[in-house]
Amino acid sequence: MISLPKKIGMYFLLIITSLLVFFPVLYAFMISFMTGPEILQGRFLPHSFSLENYVKVFERLPLLNYLLNSFIVSAGVMLGQLAVCSLAAYAFVFIQFKGRDFIFFLFISTMMIPWEATMIPNFFIIQKLDWLNTYQGLTLPFFALAFGTFLLRQHFKTIPKELQEAAQIAGLGRFAFFWRVVLPVSKTSLVTLGAYGFLTTWNMYLWPLLITTNSSVRTVQIGLKQLQSQEIATDWGVVMAGVIVVIVPTLLLLFIGQKQLQKGLSQGALK
Amino acid sequence: MKKVELIDLSKSYDKQVDVISNINVTIEPGEFFVLVGPSGCGKSTMLRMIAGLEQITSGTLKIGEAVANDLPPDKRDLSMVFQNYALYPHLTVQQNISFGLDVKKVKKDEQRKRTEEVAEMLGLTEFLKRKPRELSGGQRQRVALARAIVSEAPICLMDEPLSNLDAKLRAHMRSEIRRIQRTLGITMIYVTHDQVEAMTMGDRIMILHEGKIQQVGKPIDIYNNPANPFVATFIGSPPMNLAQAMVDKKASELIVGDVWRLPIPADEIDALPEAPLIAGIRPEHLRPATKETREGDKLIVEVTNVEVLGNETVFSFQLGADEWQAKWSGQWQIDLGDSIPLLADYGALCLFESKSGKRIKQPTDLGNFVFGKEVLV
Repeated sequence: MISLPKKIGMYFLLIITSLLVFFPVLYAFMISFMTGPEILQGRFLPHSFSLENYVKVFERLPLLNYLLNSFIVSAGVMLGQLAVCSLAAYAFVFIQFKGRDFIFFLFISTMMIPWEATMIPNFFIIQKLDWLNTYQGLTLPFFALAFGTFLLRQHFKTIPKELQEAAQIAGLGRFAFFWRVVLPVSKTSLVTLGAYGFLTTWNMYLWPLLITTNSSVRTVQIGLKQLQSQEIATDWGVVMAGVIVVIVPTLLLLFIGQKQLQKGLSQGALK
Repeated sequence: MKKVELIDLSKSYDKQVDVISNINVTIEPGEFFVLVGPSGCGKSTMLRMIAGLEQITSGTLKIGEAVANDLPPDKRDLSMVFQNYALYPHLTVQQNISFGLDVKKVKKDEQRKRTEEVAEMLGLTEFLKRKPRELSGGQRQRVALARAIVSEAPICLMDEPLSNLDAKLRAHMRSEIRRIQRTLGITMIYVTHDQVEAMTMGDRIMILHEGKIQQVGKPIDIYNNPANPFVATFIGSPPMNLAQAMVDKKASELIVGDVWRLPIPADEIDALPEAPLIAGIRPEHLRPATKETREGDKLIVEVTNVEVLGNETVFSFQLGADEWQAKWSGQWQIDLGDSIPLLADYGALCLFESKSGKRIKQPTDLGNFVFGKEVLV
């Protein structure tokens, strides 16, 4: 057991660092209630907590629409990644074929290619397919994820081989084994990957910017940028109100999935 | 109940070296057949070939009357119990047991009925709602067993199912598995490296070494008449004592380990070759010499180790280059360094050809170790 003074010291440090880390969000939260002059004064606490900026942001932008778009795109990428990565990982673990390890390492090595380098070819493909301003254009390029395949493969490898053999003797087909045994057993890793995929897509900026030319499928991150450039002098209170609205879903996801997320990530690291 | 027939079965992973070769054996319907051997002898591979989890390189495998070489595992009408139990961790005990039935699309009512029956038989009724990780090793073992039984497959394969249990539980499960096998009359093929399990459970046992059959037969026959030195030392605890031996035809004596001269009966001397031999004798056939024993028959040995087990005493001594053991029933006060006079009959000896390992003489005199039921009346 840690002694009480030590504990107090520890918590003090933790509070300081968490405040440091959390300060930008906190400040944004405060600004979202301020009027223009108040912000320029450099105050930390607003005079009054008026919701005026929030009303404004919803008036200026089809924010609900953007939120919905973001949600659809993020959920789509999440589901797509889960499906593609888990199937790929299953093949890399449970199906014997020639050159399996080589292909896997080739697959993993794509992690070293920066996303920006592949962006232009990807953009041309989407353009040729005439998928600009569509959900599939926003989601499809992200389905195959080397990191996700790696994460799931590592988890699948911990499943004893005998389980597969027992399933074979019971007469379970390959897909049925995947569906009824492998997926339920790997729940934690799937949740981790799902949360990871959802959050990265939610925060994505460059790709949606390239793919969307009108507001039909535009996501919130682009919307936030729009708020900044619409006026000559940016109304920061409104922008921050938008930011707060946008980070709420991510925070919710983090709080709900934290336990699973930690479990999954540490599992991947240890085993 | 089906028989399993292995005809010229071989297995090779790299197409050059056979890990298993020329296996010919027929496992009768309803028989408890044990495959035993040291680790790496190919016994698990053989079982997995029967199960269909490994390809058969050459030869024929017949299950029932049909050739099963290329049948997928689920079409072979068998169930299997794995060493680590292979229970599905995300399912309850009940779901684990009925999983195979569910896959085979058995009706829900029937599934429940059969699961409950089997759970009852194995004393698992109160654990049906639990997950495998909430069970002890022995209970998990029983769930694995239940899963095999519930399928009502005529053949059951077991791959070292008891090796993860502690000694007491193992002894209990040994008799339990045997009882279930008898009640249901299933054909059981059981793999183990433990010769005690093989001896106590098998109707017949097959001893494998380096992928080759060493001997097949009833446990007691194998114990009494081992086919070669390997079997002699593998079956029995402590193992059979072995030493190099020569026949001295002039003196009509057998010289064991250069130090021990044993007279050979006149009618047997002609049958023995002059070539180097290996002589073997079970530790329990090395009896204590008494005062009446002729001085020339005694073998005086110096004790190097003593183990008193309560009902029997095992001590070791050096005979020529080999360490031998003797086992006497009862508790004997023997100290290290004691000189003990031993006595053994030529009849209790087992002789093998040194080169080929072939047995040329089986023990004829087994002392009073063979009893008939009529003794009891």
